[in-house]
Amino acid sequence: MSEAAAVSGTRARPRARHPLAQLTGTRFREFLREPEALFWGFAFPILLAIGLGIAFRNRPPDVLKIAAVTPELARSLAREKLLAVEELPAAAGAAELRTGKVVLLAEPGPGGTVTYRYDDTNPDGRTARRLADDAVQRAAGRADPVGARDELLREPGSRYIDFLVPGLLGMGLMGNGIWLTGFPIVDARRKKLLKRLVATPMPRPYYLLSFLLFRLSLLGVEVGLLLGAGVFLFGVPVRGRFLDFAAICVLGSLAFNALGLLIASRARTIEAASGLMNLTMMPMWVLSGVFFSSQRFPDAVQPLVRALPLTATIDALRMNMLQGATLLQAAPQLAVMGAWLGLSFTLALKLFRWR
Amino acid sequence: MAEPLSKAALRVRQLRKAYQDVVAVDGLDLEVRAGECFGLLGPNGAGKTTTIEICEGLTRADAGEVEVLGLRWDAHASELRQRLGIQLQETQLAEKLTVWETLRLFRSFYHQGPETAEVIALVQLEEKQKSRVGNLSGGQKQRLALACALVGDPDLLFLDEPTTGLDPQARRQLWELIERFQEAGRTIVLTTHYMDEAERLCDRVAIMDHGKTIALGTPRELIASIGVEHLVEFSSDGAAGSVDTGALGRIDGVREVRRENGSVQMQVTELHRAVPALLEELGRQGVPLTELRTHSATLEDVFVALTGRHLRDE
Ligand SMILES: Nc1ncnc2c1ncn2[C@@H]1O[C@H](COP(=O)(O)OP(=O)(O)OP(=O)(O)O)[C@@H](O)[C@H]1O
Ligand SMILES: [Mg+2]
Repeated sequence: MSEAAAVSGTRARPRARHPLAQLTGTRFREFLREPEALFWGFAFPILLAIGLGIAFRNRPPDVLKIAAVTPELARSLAREKLLAVEELPAAAGAAELRTGKVVLLAEPGPGGTVTYRYDDTNPDGRTARRLADDAVQRAAGRADPVGARDELLREPGSRYIDFLVPGLLGMGLMGNGIWLTGFPIVDARRKKLLKRLVATPMPRPYYLLSFLLFRLSLLGVEVGLLLGAGVFLFGVPVRGRFLDFAAICVLGSLAFNALGLLIASRARTIEAASGLMNLTMMPMWVLSGVFFSSQRFPDAVQPLVRALPLTATIDALRMNMLQGATLLQAAPQLAVMGAWLGLSFTLALKLFRWR
Repeated sequence: MAEPLSKAALRVRQLRKAYQDVVAVDGLDLEVRAGECFGLLGPNGAGKTTTIEICEGLTRADAGEVEVLGLRWDAHASELRQRLGIQLQETQLAEKLTVWETLRLFRSFYHQGPETAEVIALVQLEEKQKSRVGNLSGGQKQRLALACALVGDPDLLFLDEPTTGLDPQARRQLWELIERFQEAGRTIVLTTHYMDEAERLCDRVAIMDHGKTIALGTPRELIASIGVEHLVEFSSDGAAGSVDTGALGRIDGVREVRRENGSVQMQVTELHRAVPALLEELGRQGVPLTELRTHSATLEDVFVALTGRHLRDE
């Protein structure tokens, strides 16, 4: 066809090209063509889970190395299975203790007593002290008045990895929710692309909606990968209803998307936006109990800690996965998440600048 | 195009827009007829972008009236969006998308218009349709931006400095595309600070300075209005200072003589009589000629005549 005719040629729009579908497709294309975002959003949390899971895996109790100066002491101590005893002259024993090769040195003291040398700030030293003394006293004929029996608990659900995976899930929801919403919007504003888009007949809500659809469709993949790694590699339990788990993830993601939108509502430069994002996320990385329980913070700051959206998300996930709690039991957490969603979204729409 | 010259595609009355410290548009009146290519010509900061963006419904005016295709922004925004094609001065399209994907996205916003492939062919980007926008050359990006403005089959096309920063070949290529659109009977409003661009593309030109129109007419009328048809410029290897300009001014057909940066400039009405007389006079004064140039008066000369300044500070 001639070019002049192409200029004036008018045709109806085929149905497949709905603007919302096109905009959402654009979100996916831009994301998939950004390898860094893929790594930090998807691969990194899994690597972190694997690394920390291995580092903090529950090992059989360690055998502690100690030294004894006399053969009699060494013999009595050797009866304790959790101690590995070495017989050494006093000077050599002291040297090994100093360099940390043994955690405790047992020497005969004046008048049939025993002297234990160890570092009481080292938990291993304190443990060795108790084990060694028990062994020495029993060898000398001490009888325990109360009989005791050990029952060992190494169940899934109480290990560090079980605690960690919900934490990382929450951290991922926050990072991806804020970053993958906020960054593209600020970038488009900076490049005047937002202004160009509002110069077309594009319905503005579609633009914002495309981020929502993009995030929700990505959610299954990003949560699925990390959860799958946790379940299959480490046997992390999901004791609550799976639908409840999904609902918590969706609500959490929406809350963080809204927060990302709020951060992006005015910023004109990537630097300003990154600053705001870090300012938002950093306190939550520390306070919200990703890697260790947020209960460890003083009581005075607990109300603040619990009001953070990441604390609420992670707590709700842990309740669901580890305790099998229902949505009703997690209602306070869900309310916090819902409040953040509502407030951020309303404020973001009020403040949002298209240029 | 039943009555091309009777209907106004764009009417602007007493438009004003001030930013904190500057008045960007200062009581501007414009009327663009349907089917014409209208140019806003002016130096940096003249208020061209501000004016065009108010007409595009992107910036709010402080005062004044704007009527686009007989419609107003406050009442008919969504209809206007469908009927306008817009290119902004400094949009960077998404770099990670391909040419095809970009145009398909923009096309999806419009009820009607050519197919994506047709627009790509129109701006001659067939070979680049699978390339990412980030990998295009400046001229190709500019053609893509034009294509984005054309996907909705617009009745009125706004182009803000469509060829700024391009090499001469890319500019000519873009001019041809704009001319083709114009031949199809569409209305174009463009801004530029290249006088040759305005002379070549525009049926009528408004010269803007400090937010006001200082001249309006066809390029031909504007050039004729300064009463000078040609400019003659010569230099003489350092000896230009010793030339007796008074004698040059008395030559038949010479209107005005000025010294500028070691050369002499003369405004001339009849070239065929003035140049031989000039050579004879210089011979008589014993001035050696190292360079002699003549050119027909341009819109640039109009701007200089009106303001005493050049359009671009080069
Ligand atoms: N958003 C803004 N805030 C403050 N001042 C502005 C803004 N936009 C434009 N101006 C000022 O208004 C005046 C007109 O600017 P405008 O962009 O309309 O000029 P222009 O003719 O398009 O110039 P150029 O040829 O450089 O594109 C300038 O002095 C400019 O500094
Ligand atoms: Mg401009």
